[in-house]
Amino acid sequence: MKANVRTSLTDLVPPLVALVLAGVVSSVIVLLTGESPLRIAHVMLSGSVGGAGSIAGTLEEATPLIFTGLCVAIAMRAGLFNIGGEGQLVVGAFVAAWIGYRVGGLDPALHVALCIALAGAAGALWALIPGLLKARFGAHEVINTIMLNYIAFILTNYLIGLPYFRKPGQIPQTEDVLASALLPRMTFLYKYTRLNLGFVLAVVCALLVFILLRKTGLGFEIRSVGYNPLASRAAGISVVRSTLMAMAIGGFLAGMAGSERVLGVHRHFISPFPFGYGFAGIAVALLGRNRPLGVVVAALFFGALANGGAQVDIATTVPRELVTVIQAIVIIFVACEYPIRHLVLRRRGAET
Amino acid sequence: MDFILEIRDVTKTFPGTVANDDVSLNVRRGEVHALVGENGAGKTTLMNILYGLVRPDSGRIVLRGADLPLKQGFLGTDYGIGMIHQHFMLIREFTVLENIILGAEPTRGPVLDRAGARRKVEDLIARYGIEVDLERKVRDLSVGEAQRVEMLKVLYRNADIIIMDEPTGVLTPQEACGLFATMRGLVADGRTVIFITHKLGEVMDVSDTVTVMRHGRVVGDMPVGETDVARLAELMVGRRLDAPPRRSGSSFGAPVLRVDHVRLEARPGVKPLEDVCLEVREGEVLGLCGVEGNGQFELFEILIGLRRPSAGSVVVRGVDVTRRSPAARREAGLAFIPPDRTTMGLIAEFSLRENLLLGRQGDRRFSRMGFLDGEAIAEETSRLVGEFGIAPPDPDARGYSFSGGNQQKIVVARELARDPEVLVACQPTRGVDIGATRLIHTFILGQADGGKGVLLISADLAEVLSLSDRIGVMYRGAVVGVLDRGDATEEKLGLMMAGVAD
Repeated sequence: MKANVRTSLTDLVPPLVALVLAGVVSSVIVLLTGESPLRIAHVMLSGSVGGAGSIAGTLEEATPLIFTGLCVAIAMRAGLFNIGGEGQLVVGAFVAAWIGYRVGGLDPALHVALCIALAGAAGALWALIPGLLKARFGAHEVINTIMLNYIAFILTNYLIGLPYFRKPGQIPQTEDVLASALLPRMTFLYKYTRLNLGFVLAVVCALLVFILLRKTGLGFEIRSVGYNPLASRAAGISVVRSTLMAMAIGGFLAGMAGSERVLGVHRHFISPFPFGYGFAGIAVALLGRNRPLGVVVAALFFGALANGGAQVDIATTVPRELVTVIQAIVIIFVACEYPIRHLVLRRRGAET
Repeated sequence: MDFILEIRDVTKTFPGTVANDDVSLNVRRGEVHALVGENGAGKTTLMNILYGLVRPDSGRIVLRGADLPLKQGFLGTDYGIGMIHQHFMLIREFTVLENIILGAEPTRGPVLDRAGARRKVEDLIARYGIEVDLERKVRDLSVGEAQRVEMLKVLYRNADIIIMDEPTGVLTPQEACGLFATMRGLVADGRTVIFITHKLGEVMDVSDTVTVMRHGRVVGDMPVGETDVARLAELMVGRRLDAPPRRSGSSFGAPVLRVDHVRLEARPGVKPLEDVCLEVREGEVLGLCGVEGNGQFELFEILIGLRRPSAGSVVVRGVDVTRRSPAARREAGLAFIPPDRTTMGLIAEFSLRENLLLGRQGDRRFSRMGFLDGEAIAEETSRLVGEFGIAPPDPDARGYSFSGGNQQKIVVARELARDPEVLVACQPTRGVDIGATRLIHTFILGQADGGKGVLLISADLAEVLSLSDRIGVMYRGAVVGVLDRGDATEEKLGLMMAGVAD
């Protein structure tokens, strides 16, 4: 147990070093634009954690990232690269909006639960397509998840054009969901926030994924196959089953992200659907080292970057795009984790 | 005294272990110097230091009277040191000649001087009697031939100190004899051979001097004439060894495993298995030997269920399992020790506890409603750790942190915990220290003594001879003969392994 604590502490060092290095490089870039890095840092900090409104905004931005980060992470643990979170999120969002405005007369708790469950199921089915292709034919999941992203965008765009789904008017969107389907907003934190109960759901999901991976036979199989598919097969573990389950669970989580955006934030499906949470989930999983609780922390970090970045755009001459650049720099340094880890460990080795 | 090579007080630590602890070693010009020790004794690290792949923390190496510059970028090849690795470093699609000259191509202007190169290689072939066809592609060579190509590569680069890392593991006894003759020829010609091995019989046969290492230290250094196999084994292990276990049973029951006309066509025209028939009976150890690459590995893959045969069947106690999954085969009573524990036997990142559970996570004993039962698993872990002497007994230690012998004990413990009807063991003691080997052999024999069947697939003739009741020989994808233990001799088996039927 002690050894475990020590290894997880050592695990924390490389991402932290990566973040510090990213901060240094970002400061240089800010300097080049003629702004003061300290001022930008101040604006970003106060915009992301300075006060109830900022914190609520950060949590709101983090919510879908927790879901999509978990989606990528669980696939990674099974040795799969699920780049399809975006598409799985979009089909989930569409289904949530549809059930949200079309099915009436339900108790609110039941209505919300139904919307989320069906959105998750839609995401899971969407993810199972590449999962099946991989398990049955060995078709590479990277290609197929990417392709299914496009199919999801175009399919929902087509459907939203049909009179059955489309709200009359110029904008291709559905009707707003009924009040019974809305995820309650956490206005006790901040009056105008869009932060909603979906955040709590996301954290609960992270805990559930943690329990799944650590405490269940299925989680054992997923981790086993992710580490060494050959030894797993030889030991009698079904790689097909773990592949399908990891894709389906991931897809379900991405679908939930879509439902959170619709039921808690936008209240309808619109095409094109706000873009990027699915892809950002890859970076979140990477920074969170594919661990459920690490994903929560990483999602909060990226949420803070996004939220603080909006303030930078408003309050300084630095364009918001710079925040995207900073995010990218963070990702690059996190991806460079191996050399950083190597340096850290070598220092340690020299000490002993 | 004419030492061509003096290693003085070399120390090398890796995080957590001292691989070489103040090692000194003197090698005379023109001798075969054997370096023996169990896995992890530090032989390979020492040779990698000499070859320039690893930098020592301290110490000197004096070569031909001058200090070697042991700094970054130093390479043994520049100083006439050549190394023949256990795993060949050849390009399969190139011809033998191309492989030999690769990286040291002779040129005339910008043009490759093939004819000049060929003349030089042919000289070497004639001088040392190393027979190999220069125009064949490496992918068409046998393992023994590929090793001769490695040898020519080293000689072509004018190495006069030749390090051979466990060269006989992949050879038939006859091929090994040929290699020893070549080694004697090299030293007669003034070259020096450093011969890494853990087969002590070979040391006695071919070397002049032997150095024994244990736990990173040199524990013995003597002319071969002044020692014997028993004394060397004791030095290597650090204690007196009991006599190796031997098969003593003789009453066999009904067949428990039948392999019936199994064929495998991997690609059109490539047939790793031509026609394999076997039968293992209750209480019997059937040994299956052969030079590596004659279909043993493919047969194992078919038995464990990683591969489907093109034809034929595998029957366990009357149940046809040919089309069943690995899990279903275990249900039917099979258990498996895979040939490579690091890629196939266990999961390096998993803890000891998880590795002992691997494949049994759905078992009703260890799982309730899909949730793992931590208490039952902990109990099973400590039971197996005690019974099989796995060290260190830390359930949280990761698979990769165990020594080869203990990794293999983990695999054996997990597989025997199912109380199988038939154990299929493939290379169960390859790269395993003597102590663990004895233990694993005892467990294998225990299975047979308990009335269970054992199929032992191994390239180690001594192992097969000491454990088996009957011995089959595989050659080019078929079982070319099965001998009773009483009729089998190393020589007879060697001829069959080489495809010379009697």
